[in-house]
Amino acid sequence: MSLLEVKNLQVRVEDREILHGLSLTVNKGEVHAIMGPNGSGKSTLSHVIAGKPGYEVTGGEILFNGEDVLEMSPDQRSAKGVFLAFQYPVEIPGVATMTFLRTALNAQRKARGESEFSTPDFLKKVRSVAASLNIPQEMLRRGVNVGFSGGEKKRNEILQMALFEPSLCILDEMDSGLDIDALRVAADGVNALRSPDRAMVVITHYQRLLNYIIPDFVHVMSKGRVVKSGGKELALQLEAEGYAQFEDAA
Amino acid sequence: MNVALAKTETGRALSDAFALARERLPGAGKVADARRQAFAAYERVGLPHRRIEDWKYTDLRVLMREVLPLAPAPDAAALSHAAAALRLHAIDGVRRLVLVDGVFAPNLSEAGGLEKGLRIRALREVLEAGETALQAQLLAPDNSNPMVALNSAMMTDGVVIEVADGAALTQPLHIVHIASGTAPAAMFTRSLLKLGNAASATLVESYIAAEGTKAYQVHDALVVSIGNGARLDHVRLIEDSREAFNISSSEVTLGAKARFNTFGMTTGGNVSRYQATIAFAGEGAQVETNGINLLNGRQHADSTLFLDHAVPNCLSREIFRAVLDDRGHSVFQGRIIVRPHAQKTDAKMMTRALLLSDEAEADNKPELEIFADDVTCGHGATSGALDESLLFYLRARGLSEKEAQALLIQAFVGEAIEQIASDSLRELAIAAAERWLAARG
Repeated sequence: MSLLEVKNLQVRVEDREILHGLSLTVNKGEVHAIMGPNGSGKSTLSHVIAGKPGYEVTGGEILFNGEDVLEMSPDQRSAKGVFLAFQYPVEIPGVATMTFLRTALNAQRKARGESEFSTPDFLKKVRSVAASLNIPQEMLRRGVNVGFSGGEKKRNEILQMALFEPSLCILDEMDSGLDIDALRVAADGVNALRSPDRAMVVITHYQRLLNYIIPDFVHVMSKGRVVKSGGKELALQLEAEGYAQFEDAA
Repeated sequence: MNVALAKTETGRALSDAFALARERLPGAGKVADARRQAFAAYERVGLPHRRIEDWKYTDLRVLMREVLPLAPAPDAAALSHAAAALRLHAIDGVRRLVLVDGVFAPNLSEAGGLEKGLRIRALREVLEAGETALQAQLLAPDNSNPMVALNSAMMTDGVVIEVADGAALTQPLHIVHIASGTAPAAMFTRSLLKLGNAASATLVESYIAAEGTKAYQVHDALVVSIGNGARLDHVRLIEDSREAFNISSSEVTLGAKARFNTFGMTTGGNVSRYQATIAFAGEGAQVETNGINLLNGRQHADSTLFLDHAVPNCLSREIFRAVLDDRGHSVFQGRIIVRPHAQKTDAKMMTRALLLSDEAEADNKPELEIFADDVTCGHGATSGALDESLLFYLRARGLSEKEAQALLIQAFVGEAIEQIASDSLRELAIAAAERWLAARG
């Protein structure tokens, strides 16, 4: 059974159809890159998999480990192992990062019928992951993402990914707003989480990110569909030739 | 205008009640005269209603309808009920001063073994003794506000606290108002805190009820003077029973370079109003006044503040929040006056309301009257529901809808509580907020 199967997915936002029958299959251990011009529906796909309100699925299905994801609330999806790293992580003033991390981790564990983490175990785990991502302790005491730079916000997303140990990681435009050094730190964090039990879907506009996170498969999206799939060399071809050819194809 | 001459039924009942109660009320001579004048001032208006601008959102003729008869002095049973209620709200490390049904209860209080420079007496004692200076200060509040006038006429007891020049109290003072009666009744209390020059103190006021208490009314007033260079930290926690009315007024005067940090939290009561007048009497003083109303059901809470910048070079900050569920109704009225010579005044006011239901209501009315030309003054107000994008972020991380809401509400409340300067007082406010959140389920 595949980890994620998106079959002929059709999605509307208000009166506009954004995805017109998109299909994608992702197996454990694989890293898929989804590339495409602005407005091709990449972020919509990530939002619909994670369960963001405001999207109407008018056709097709999404199966995660064979289960119908569209019937699940966002928190149920999260507890089952779906993780979306946000393009624009929100700031939550008044909620300390540590409190947030512990509340979220324990909510997921509780939903899976697992015991809650003890405080010392939790702190130890957060500290070691934070250190590997260059996240200072002081940042963890602040409100979630409050006053964080773009790079810090993305690192905070990866920190969560490492803590929650999801089986599917969707990285939505992880490179946006990052300079080359910040990008390298973030990519190292992601690469450390690559595992035979985990799949990743890396959504990006630019090929640049894929120099650091090397995908097994590359899909090109245009106008709400996957128009071409291939290996990592497809990304280089796109970099050289641009998206124009595919926009015509779609 | 002779509208007030046509007295309502309840108005008549109250004047009879005043005539009856007068014998029980402490103070003769000037005090008794002042009571009569105050009652006459109250009677000219009666219970304030929405056609009086200041009471537009809190129409007591509709919400309260009548002033209940004066509560009887607590008997042994009442005092034991009160003692039980007190145990649930006990705070470690404070000096407790307890008023049961509007009467000072020495056996539940810790009025002995006082720190050097601290003096505490019951209001009754001070009104009955011939202490003209203290009495004048106690009677200073202006009778133009009908509920202040009513309190002046009917005040039965309270605590009078004096802190000598230079005394820094290490132990916070905690005035606890407990309603214990089983028959509907009103209590009228007035307290005084006189803080000498360069003195410092912490004052907590709590309003609670014993179990099984019927509808009751709290009519309270607090007169505070903060000496030059003195500092007062102050927290009010309104945790009255859900059938209670609480009309409290305070009048605070700050000397030069004085500091006043005050925070109010209303989680209890049916209808409550807190009206505070804070006046700067000396230059270089600072006031931070913050508060939050956490309301659900049909609760109504009104905070009406008047900041009087009468002298130059003073600073005031007001931040008020409300979390409103069901048909909760929160009112904030903030008036700032900057008098003609009060140059370099820095006054800011902000209100934020979080509406958890379509039927909740938040009314904000800022009023700035600025007569000086070299000042910084501003106000702002926001209101809205919980942010959908934040809710989704939390849910995408595994929190259920209820958990995500609770965390965001807690954060909103937490930001208000952070404004409390003292650590131990912050803990108190957190505990009161947690009780409200837990009850919400």
